[in-house]
Amino acid sequence: MKSVQARIAALRPHPVSAVGMSVLPFAIAVVLALFVDKVVGPGVGATWSKILLDVGIAILLAGSLNVVNGYAGQFSIGHAGFMLVGGYAAAWLTFYGSIHWFGSKETVGGFLGNGELLFLSGCLLGGLVAAVFGVVVGLPSLRLRGDYLAIVTLGFGEIVRVLGQITARQPKNVAAIKERSMSELANNLGGAEGFSQIPGYTTLFFVYLFAFVLLVLVYRLKYSSKGRALLAVRENEIAAEAMGVDTTRAKVVAFVFSAFFAGIGGALYAHQVGALDPKELGFLKSIDLVIIVVIGGMGSITGVVLGAAILVILPEVFREFADYRMIAYALALIIVMILRPQGIMGVKELWETSWWRRGALAVRAKLRGGKAS
Amino acid sequence: MALLEIEGLDVHYGGIHALKGVSLKVEQGEVVTLIGANGAGKTTTLRAISGLLKPTRGTVKFDGKVIASGSVKRGPNRWWQATELLTFKGIAGRIAGTFRDDRTGPHSIVARGLVHAPEGRGIFSNMTVSENLEIGAFLRKDRAQVTKDREHALELFPRLRERLAQSAGTLSGGEQQMLAIARALLSRPKLLLLDEPSLGLAPQMVALIFKIVKTIAADGTTILLVEQNAHKALGVAHRAYVLEVGEIVLAGPAKDLAKDDKIRRAYLGIHD
Repeated sequence: MKSVQARIAALRPHPVSAVGMSVLPFAIAVVLALFVDKVVGPGVGATWSKILLDVGIAILLAGSLNVVNGYAGQFSIGHAGFMLVGGYAAAWLTFYGSIHWFGSKETVGGFLGNGELLFLSGCLLGGLVAAVFGVVVGLPSLRLRGDYLAIVTLGFGEIVRVLGQITARQPKNVAAIKERSMSELANNLGGAEGFSQIPGYTTLFFVYLFAFVLLVLVYRLKYSSKGRALLAVRENEIAAEAMGVDTTRAKVVAFVFSAFFAGIGGALYAHQVGALDPKELGFLKSIDLVIIVVIGGMGSITGVVLGAAILVILPEVFREFADYRMIAYALALIIVMILRPQGIMGVKELWETSWWRRGALAVRAKLRGGKAS
Repeated sequence: MALLEIEGLDVHYGGIHALKGVSLKVEQGEVVTLIGANGAGKTTTLRAISGLLKPTRGTVKFDGKVIASGSVKRGPNRWWQATELLTFKGIAGRIAGTFRDDRTGPHSIVARGLVHAPEGRGIFSNMTVSENLEIGAFLRKDRAQVTKDREHALELFPRLRERLAQSAGTLSGGEQQMLAIARALLSRPKLLLLDEPSLGLAPQMVALIFKIVKTIAADGTTILLVEQNAHKALGVAHRAYVLEVGEIVLAGPAKDLAKDDKIRRAYLGIHD
């Protein structure tokens, strides 16, 4: 019998294939995002591709919130605050950057042209700035638990919203903007009227690119030892600490990761709507995101994707109820919570549910039967 | 030099003086038990050792290094202490303290080889048995040795092997206790703190758990065992300490204590 070391060494893949395997899902994400952008989007028509866009952004935001609220079991209700921070940073870069470097506030360049590259860096900048805020909020507040943490995150969201509302207005014309440097314009974020005229760069491609990348990352996180440590924090913080998990650090890392993608989500949102109004991204937006996570199933990736799709599409479907739309929507939420208090998927993933397994077995049996005959 | 040395340990819960100058020693390879009634401070002692509580006075030395020490300053909370937050220095101190805790928290004590299997088992109910065991080995990098240790733990607890894929919350109380011990073993402790492993278990299960504690000790793990079941605890331990309202009132070899009249009457329920 081979030694344990030898057996483990035999299981280890070749370095080249290891790199390939780690990159492959991201390559697939790019291809899928292109597919959604070029085939699905045009195929379903303008209305539905707009809805698809909203679903993608919701997946990105709720998927990232799920890391904090679902995996780590912390209750954050300030996610829209990170969105707002990321949106401001990205809008500042693309709006003022376009005028400074391309001469106009219109979109420039085609697919992955200069304009879209500027937008892409805007998204990443938004993510990074939000992540920094994640550290600042996370370090002191993650020593708190439950309701207390919820209050701190709520306070953070409100502070960001109010700070956004007291920034200076955007300069009136292009000439006034060109006179001032980028850093001087950092306070001109639109104030209470909101940051307007943001170039509309957001396409299905970018939304689903980031959404798929996030899904790959959270899937890997969930089944890694770091992810298990987060789940352990959710299950029993004292026991996790007693097993050697640095719970504060785990929570802060989860918070920062989550904030990064919320920032990107905010950037995508800002460039889709064309304006960033702090009033829109307040407490209610945070609650919307929490609802998606709770309805989908706290900690379940497929659950949150389902929840995002359902909660974005539902109000559209209920459009025929006209004024009673939000009542129908609220009723639907109440019914789901009565029937499935743990969310649609609970803590499980789609492929972990018993009916999925049974279905897979049945399909396999049928295939085998088909071959035999 | 003893593996664990506690000297003059004081712990306060707010104004309540829970431990009053507790001193004890655990030598390498020993099984030491700490017995006492409800509220005597047994669990508090363990929590202070593993860093879950901060002592107000005294030191805890493990493997020759001080892992916890209290200063007189951190006495019972008085209302005027809140006024320190009115000064810049006070606020800065609080924030600095937040960061300092990160380096001296319980997880860093685990890394030194002192593992606490907390009271009430503290298993991760929504995770599978197998995932629970994985968390036990969270800090270890030597995967090959972990695989071996996992096998060894599963040999000690064959029942767990049957339940590897089951979620831990569905286990019976005894099985959960087995899981808690197995999980603690996977972090390769030099010293294992066991808090009331017999709590709420059927007599048969209690006997089995104590048998396993004996096996683990025979394998070379040092154990500090906290128990209410004094009879069983004195049966497996080499030495024992008796704790009464926060003070150690008696100490000595377990065999002698089992014969002591006072102990027999107070803790073993024997009146002859």
